[in-house]
Amino acid sequence: MHPAKSVIYFTTATGAGYGLFFWLALLSFHNHLPADKAMGFVMLAVSFGLIITGLLSSTGHLGHPERAWRALSQWRSSWLSREGVMAILTFIPMGIFGVYWVFLDQNTGIAGVVGMVGAVMALVTVFTTSMIYACLKTIPAWHNIWTKIGYLVMSLMSGAVLVMALTTVFGMVDIAFHLFKPVGILLVTGLIVKAIYWRHIHSGKAVSTAESATGLGGFGKVSLAASPHSADNYLLKEMGFQIARKHATKIRLIAVILGFVLPFILIGVAMHYLQDMGRVLILCLATASCLLGLVFERWLFFAEAKHVVTLYYGQDKV
Amino acid sequence: MTSLPKTAPKKKLGLVIDLDICVGCHACATNCKEWNTGAKSAPLTDLNPHGNDPDGVWFNRIHTFETMSETGDSRTVHFPKSCLHCDNAPCVTVCPTGASYKREEDGIVLVNEDICIGCKLCSWACPYGAREYDETEGVMKKCTLCIDKIYNENLPVESRAPACVSTCPTGARSFGDLGDPNSDVSKLVAARQGYNLMPEQGTKPVNKYLPPRPKQDGVDAVPRTLEYADDEKGAAPLLARWVDKILSV
Repeated sequence: MHPAKSVIYFTTATGAGYGLFFWLALLSFHNHLPADKAMGFVMLAVSFGLIITGLLSSTGHLGHPERAWRALSQWRSSWLSREGVMAILTFIPMGIFGVYWVFLDQNTGIAGVVGMVGAVMALVTVFTTSMIYACLKTIPAWHNIWTKIGYLVMSLMSGAVLVMALTTVFGMVDIAFHLFKPVGILLVTGLIVKAIYWRHIHSGKAVSTAESATGLGGFGKVSLAASPHSADNYLLKEMGFQIARKHATKIRLIAVILGFVLPFILIGVAMHYLQDMGRVLILCLATASCLLGLVFERWLFFAEAKHVVTLYYGQDKV
Repeated sequence: MTSLPKTAPKKKLGLVIDLDICVGCHACATNCKEWNTGAKSAPLTDLNPHGNDPDGVWFNRIHTFETMSETGDSRTVHFPKSCLHCDNAPCVTVCPTGASYKREEDGIVLVNEDICIGCKLCSWACPYGAREYDETEGVMKKCTLCIDKIYNENLPVESRAPACVSTCPTGARSFGDLGDPNSDVSKLVAARQGYNLMPEQGTKPVNKYLPPRPKQDGVDAVPRTLEYADDEKGAAPLLARWVDKILSV
């Protein structure tokens, strides 16, 4: 599949933004974050910023962005519609929680409960995002449980790395230490989930074949003798993207190192061997590395996924 | 509304494509383009049509496949492909706006271009590559089964068939109601074991494909070779046999 930049940014940024909100709400609910206006504003601004720019970016690849509002109407059948509806509904508890924190100096009690409602809805929204892809039977690399688990874990993981860096920036090192274990566990879990995902999509099991696509299997092995047109058409440009497949192993290595291994090491070093500014800098570097790694991971998620329509254009199995 | 019709359409208009007859001439694709670039989904935009890398929207594309059996018996099969107007159309249910819909009255799958946002998700959901995005219009386009031709009362009755069917010089494409077991197309499918493409995708296509007929081994197995006329009775006309006999002395 063609990896559109807008959709890569949309999935990684909203994932991180919702993940960050989840952790902010959870920490507030458990009385771990002081209801400081400035801090609340900055942290929520990062979360809202990621989510809003991500959602706007997703409308960037539309043929008619001005009609995007129409996408909210078909929630009964369409996961894309459900995602849009959930994203908007989730802004309600998120917004109320933000108003409590930033304007009323309150992030526990009622505010904490509203925040937790938002946190749960944020995860549901991330799930609906994953379902946009996981519901497509035509793309076996997406139509599996590891797509859904992957989106949820990556969201929680990038959110946790972000919240750890942000709390350290605001000098709350004790909270960062509190988060040390969950962040480590999430980075390891994330890597395991991706490893299983990659193993799954490269297991070589075919869902459809050139024989089932043409129904000519009874006559023997089917191969394409002549394609319909001399130049690439929309279908090949959109579904037959080749570049990432060619470099898949290298990109996967980059994603693993930047997304999981390097943040794990940097966070360990920052928490155990560094103080003050050094710690803040290295944690910010770990966050940047993690988010960049997830961009590579997501690029591969799109580019590596094969569509069954390619069976009509020379692929023998998908 | 992009949910599929609650009650499955009784009438299921669609095509039956005979792979035994198709010669791969692309006339169906050409006439499809000709009709539809002035019809409901007009224009069928072309990008760089006279350059090295022409691209554009087509509702109908003709592939050519080769099959090779284990015994080395090969076949060339021309394979026209357009929207199959699936009963269980995944392109309809994924649409977030309701632009993509299946008609309850005849099962035809259409796009309402006035509310399509151009998200392309329907083209991702279709296993058959039946939907093509129009870059200049920013909307998705697809085969309409020539809805503006098959119901067009300004046309003579015999012309009220999809453009691809009207034009096919070999009669490889048939059009009719596949929901009616007594229709000509349904009988054809039953007689020739018509089948679905990619049945494992669960789309339940309305359009059916008829397989190439088996080769007639025994008759065609030993090729006839050109030989001198012999004097056997019936091998050549009488005069020729006489001439042959005289000159052979």
